[in-house]
Amino acid sequence: MTSRLLLPAALRHYAGEQAEVEIHGATLGAALDDLAERLPQLERRLRDEQGRLRPHVLMFVDGVSVRTGTPMETPVGDGAEVFVAPAVSGGSAKGISPALHPLREVS
Amino acid sequence: MSLAILLVGTRKGLMIARSADDRRTWATSDFQFLNQEVYSVAIDTRHDPPRILAGVGTGHWGPLLTYSDDLGKSWTEPEEPPIGFPAGSGASVARVWQIQPATAQQPDVVYAGVEPHALFRSDDRGQSFSLVEGLWEHPDRPSWVPGGGGACLHTVLTHPTDPDDLMVVMSAAGVYRTQDGGAGWKPANRGIQVANVPEDQRFPVFGQCVHKVAFHPDNPQRLFAQNHFGVYRSEDRGDSWAPIESGLPSNFGFAMVAHPHRPDVFYNFPLQADAERFPPEAKLRVYRTENAGATWDPLSTGLPEDPYYGAVLRDALVADSRDPAGVYFGTRLGEVYASRDDGDTWSMIAEHLPDVLSVRVAEVA
Repeated sequence: MTSRLLLPAALRHYAGEQAEVEIHGATLGAALDDLAERLPQLERRLRDEQGRLRPHVLMFVDGVSVRTGTPMETPVGDGAEVFVAPAVSGGSAKGISPALHPLREVS
Repeated sequence: MSLAILLVGTRKGLMIARSADDRRTWATSDFQFLNQEVYSVAIDTRHDPPRILAGVGTGHWGPLLTYSDDLGKSWTEPEEPPIGFPAGSGASVARVWQIQPATAQQPDVVYAGVEPHALFRSDDRGQSFSLVEGLWEHPDRPSWVPGGGGACLHTVLTHPTDPDDLMVVMSAAGVYRTQDGGAGWKPANRGIQVANVPEDQRFPVFGQCVHKVAFHPDNPQRLFAQNHFGVYRSEDRGDSWAPIESGLPSNFGFAMVAHPHRPDVFYNFPLQADAERFPPEAKLRVYRTENAGATWDPLSTGLPEDPYYGAVLRDALVADSRDPAGVYFGTRLGEVYASRDDGDTWSMIAEHLPDVLSVRVAEVA
């Protein structure tokens, strides 16, 4: 499976200034494992050393937030868009509440 | 002619100041790591060129430990994660609180203290770090609690002649010491008070919120501690502690630093109280003892005389290696002051910065 990882400006430095990179894997976890092989500095901005999504990182697969449940097991279909954004909770010492950050359209 | 380098880590970036005229004037760099907190910085002068290391909090994107071998012109982040807990530990590094090069006997060793309470060791000058398992597996660890700033290991003290003798300071777990290079650790808090618990529980084996410990390398048995409640001295490398706060206006504060050449001289920046984190009487003053804590004198010549409400944090007061010593501090109001005469007189060298978290200074060729 090949999908597109869409990056915010703050992370493009780690992807050769590209706004998106291809990732490969049938789940989000597998796709980010693939990313870790090719662009490890970018991958560790998204996940901690235990493979967990960082608490202030939002990810959407085809417009659906993956914060709840088991994010890394989220299926990623061929051609899917995996959208990354910083949460608006960055100043907080605590993790974000999904309820406070409803889904929005991926532009 | 040597060059003095002053690193100022702030809540939103790093400033580097350079002085080529014996610390009379300072040229400041552009801000680096914009909008990122710089809790820890170090200048490792044991190799040529010297290496600057920085613990940077990238906000949403996790912590970063990076280094520069050209005095901050460019920075290197290894492809492999330089610091992180082992897979399966369940822990992740939230913040790098301290970067401490070891002594000249171990020129490639660098220690890092992190949140949550843990110590990491690098044997390649800070390019990769490994967890010090002996401390992480300590049976006391499940009972350690975070201080107000977090569950931080914020201070690492290397022994000047014995590389196996190491001390760490954690909030709010207290002081721990190893004498076998990190395999076994013992709490070293006897005599340090916890004031906010019932009276019969005020001297626990561990659990103190010690904010900073300092010592002079000529006398590593003698330690000075700024605790959350109290200022202390140990004459037996932490086996026991006694209060030395009688000459200070307050027993609360964060910073403590040794004079580089005079083992009885230490500097402290008291704050009014834990609930009033301002300079006492709103007067910006550094306190100096010249007799190992028997008496303390306020130092304020050249500092602002108007009411001042900026605190100085635990890693924002430092001394250089000169004699007379240069002494430097940064405040949470984003100002940096320097003295080149042991603290007798001061001048401002930077202002209008974000609040200052960490300051380090070194001379390089």
